[in-house]
Amino acid sequence: MKEYKTITEIAGPLVCVSGVSGVGYNEIVEIMLPNGERRKGQVLDVSKTVAVVQVFGPTAGISTTQTTVRFLGETMRLGLSTEMLGRVFTGLGEPRDKGPRVIPKERVDITGLPINPFSREMPNEFIQTGISTVDAMNTLVRGQKLPIFSGAGLPHNQLTVQIARQAKVRGTDEKFAVVFAAIGITHEEASYFMRDFEKTGALENAVLFLNLADDPSVERIITPRLALTTAEYLAYEQGMHVLVLITDMTNYCEALREISSARQEVPGRRGYPGYMYTDLSTIYERAGKVKGSTGSVTQIPVLTMPGDDKTHPIPDLTGYITEGQILLSRDLHRKNIYPPVDPLPSLSRLMNSGIGDKKTREDHKGVSDQLYAAYANGRDLRSLSAVVGEEALSATDRRFLRLADEFEKRFIQQGPYENRDIDVTLDLGWELLSILPEEELKRVKREHIPKYMKKKYTL
Amino acid sequence: MAKDAGNIERISGPVVNAYLPGARLYDVVRVGDAKILGEIIKIVGNTSVIQVYEDTSGLKPGEPVESTGQPLSVELGPGILTSIYDGIQRPLKVIEEMAGGVYITRGIEAPPLDRKKKWAFKAVAKKGDKVKYGDVLGTVQETDLIEHKIMSPYEGKIESISSGEFTIQDDIGTLSHEGKKYPLKMVQKWFVRKSRPVIEKFPPTIPLITGQRVIDTFFPIAKGGTACIPGPFGSGKTVTQQSLAKYSDTQIVVYIGCGERGNEMTDVLKEFPHLIDPKSGKPLMMRTVLIANTSNMPVAAREASIYTGVTIAEYFRDMGYDVALMADSTSRWAEAMREIGGRLEEMPGEEGYPAYLARRLAEFYERAGRVRCLCSDERYGSVSIIGAVSPPGGDISEPVSQNTLRVTKVFLALDASLAYRRHFPAINWLKSYTLYSDSLEEYYGENVSTDFTKMIKNSMALLQKEAELQEVVQLVGPDALPEKEQAVLLVTKMLREDYLQQNAYSDVDARCELKKQYNMLKTITRFGERMNASLDLGVQLKRISELKVKGTIGRMKEIKDEKEFEKLQKEIDSSFDDLLKR
Repeated sequence: MKEYKTITEIAGPLVCVSGVSGVGYNEIVEIMLPNGERRKGQVLDVSKTVAVVQVFGPTAGISTTQTTVRFLGETMRLGLSTEMLGRVFTGLGEPRDKGPRVIPKERVDITGLPINPFSREMPNEFIQTGISTVDAMNTLVRGQKLPIFSGAGLPHNQLTVQIARQAKVRGTDEKFAVVFAAIGITHEEASYFMRDFEKTGALENAVLFLNLADDPSVERIITPRLALTTAEYLAYEQGMHVLVLITDMTNYCEALREISSARQEVPGRRGYPGYMYTDLSTIYERAGKVKGSTGSVTQIPVLTMPGDDKTHPIPDLTGYITEGQILLSRDLHRKNIYPPVDPLPSLSRLMNSGIGDKKTREDHKGVSDQLYAAYANGRDLRSLSAVVGEEALSATDRRFLRLADEFEKRFIQQGPYENRDIDVTLDLGWELLSILPEEELKRVKREHIPKYMKKKYTL
Repeated sequence: MAKDAGNIERISGPVVNAYLPGARLYDVVRVGDAKILGEIIKIVGNTSVIQVYEDTSGLKPGEPVESTGQPLSVELGPGILTSIYDGIQRPLKVIEEMAGGVYITRGIEAPPLDRKKKWAFKAVAKKGDKVKYGDVLGTVQETDLIEHKIMSPYEGKIESISSGEFTIQDDIGTLSHEGKKYPLKMVQKWFVRKSRPVIEKFPPTIPLITGQRVIDTFFPIAKGGTACIPGPFGSGKTVTQQSLAKYSDTQIVVYIGCGERGNEMTDVLKEFPHLIDPKSGKPLMMRTVLIANTSNMPVAAREASIYTGVTIAEYFRDMGYDVALMADSTSRWAEAMREIGGRLEEMPGEEGYPAYLARRLAEFYERAGRVRCLCSDERYGSVSIIGAVSPPGGDISEPVSQNTLRVTKVFLALDASLAYRRHFPAINWLKSYTLYSDSLEEYYGENVSTDFTKMIKNSMALLQKEAELQEVVQLVGPDALPEKEQAVLLVTKMLREDYLQQNAYSDVDARCELKKQYNMLKTITRFGERMNASLDLGVQLKRISELKVKGTIGRMKEIKDEKEFEKLQKEIDSSFDDLLKR
């Protein structure tokens, strides 16, 4: 092991060490401060004599004379074991509860290797979340990565917890193991999650990694990778179905930007580094199902869109990697509708492989498409009627308008503890569709109308 | 070949600086003890800057670097079809076996083509023949669908050649040129960054029939043409690309998943073997080459994947085939260039992209074309390139979209608001354009019908008119419009819902032949004409909008038999006749 006392420069989270030799790229270092404190770091750039080290934690107290840097000769690894279930760790993987250190069964590099596209299995098992707008119109399947696009002040935490509590594969009682990564969220939010996990007994099947708002921001680069390494171990080695919740990815990207600017890199859009797409993909792409393993990794990252702007680089690049998105709407939230999921800009790309006969119900796709088209039409008419008045609309148009209102009040709206079965959700969809004249139902199969439209909506 | 050797000086992400005197630009090198692949992209004095195709974690300064003395090239020969490669033509299936797991571990080296498989080679050239570059030496039935032509990589006189069962490394004969003898094999190599030569390029006069109504009718692509599909996420770029790959009338499809989702590639991999080519009844996979460099695979290999794909496409073009190349997505390719450019500390151009972005994009699209292949007999082939573009936030004023628009001839604008209302394919008919309609008019006149082009122009004019009318409707409501204008809205609603929308999941509707497209458009046009005539005679629009035949038109997508259209048009006529009688 090589030790140096040759720090030449300290800038933000970065430390330059000179006179080094045989240092590997991405290698982990340990920094010993004059007061005996130890911090960890990682090599970001290395030449024959100089290594640039990114420090996890504050750089306050590091000096150029009395600080020792020790290169550990290996990349960042995490010790893994099933004993991690039920435990709480820091954003760097140290125990945060009062429990003992975990004795690892194996130690794995946390950057992870890319999964061979040839070795993936197509995700196609329907996960019932009990939330109508998700199950019916933006169906989640095992092995998918489906982020929640939220905004400041919207109830994304409540929704995330509800999904974690209710998610199950239909017809089984198999529970998901939950891996929870908190990135830069407040203490209050973190304890909200912990309390809910404890209350519902989910904690014993969960592994928590907490990097809170006052923890060093550079740690945020590591936290999601620890969570995903744990998830992959539980899924592919132990055959569990793992649900990974990551909140909030916006804080992750801010940390990425901070380091990039400290390194004086050429910035991309809005100061975020040009490699942010690639970097995010090495997190999001670690979801899926693979050959030769019964387990799966399903990811629900949460991000808050700065200024509710979907075209901001963070949601934008995320949307290009993930298989859809669940978008929370401030308008619906103002109308006091929970969960404020706006189905129109939401999307699940893997939906079609998880629904239909034998998986959910044969009429699922038709109902979903019809509700989409009808609600979109109803919303357009709403703005038209604001101008010309409802009386100027045709009778059919007025029915569309009615449907849009009822859809929000009865279909989108549900209680935080209301767990709707997919049959209940689809039946509700049919009931709402009965508001429309039958000839307008072009997206559903004709023979499904008498079969499934059991309850008629009474005007 | 003498190998130059040196050692690593500096590592920063996927970029490595190495002391490597005498190295040549764009030569492939092996980096470090793990011998991972890289390519020299810049030389300063004795220092070579190398972009590395795999993760560089753990590499140390001082580790050895070795040049292969060869630029990045692909291996071309029987066995390419049905394969799935990464960005530098490593076969992912073989990697799975070698890695013994689901991950792509580092430093794996696998030959792109199976070395052991024996192919039945049928010699076409004979002993004593004088062959030129590109002349067919013989053929191999590579898959049930495609006959692989083995083309001569040299010029000269054939000394010996024999048919039989060979592996790609066996000699199938010998050739002599200027007193030297060369062994002939079924495999050849080509440098990916250099386009394969042709005799002549032709103007685009034959359409690439995609089976998608909105494209073939309104925005046709020519064989050998270029098209781009920009759109925000969720607007259906990948679905459109996949539909084109499945249903367009080319013999070969090269599909590049460049920096896209892993599960999407899995979808293609699982689906294509089950999709049946309508003409031959064989799986589509037999004519397909997949290149998958997903977003989390090394970024430098992503940069190379586009070149690997287009070189393979050119190789099949040279055999005389029509090839469609799908690149999904070129934005990820541009971002790979930006990322590597950033690591090189190059002075950035617009939005951080390198200044050579426009040139690279133009060079890539310029490798499309319908050509007379380089050989002594007459052989024609084409490469059509369809590139997806993923503009940030869906705003196409950014550099990748703009530079792409300058070189591509067809622009298929995907629209998120159409996707929200489940109008698929979500191609916006007002924003899209094609520059091929004039050069393809003759083909449509000869092969479909002489009045097709006129009908298309009229329908497009109606759709334009609708957009104007909609603005009025937004202000005053639909009832305030005169009946004639309300009638326009009635027809355009039919055009949108019953013509432009196409169901990719319906067995009948997923691919629509040109003839059927013509019949469908004719039916709607017929309805429009009769409606206008009836309105002139004083029939109320309300009565027309209650006509039952509208419902039948709504279901014409599912019609299989041409005769049904005749019946449908008669039904339209009789419906209007009845109205007039009353």
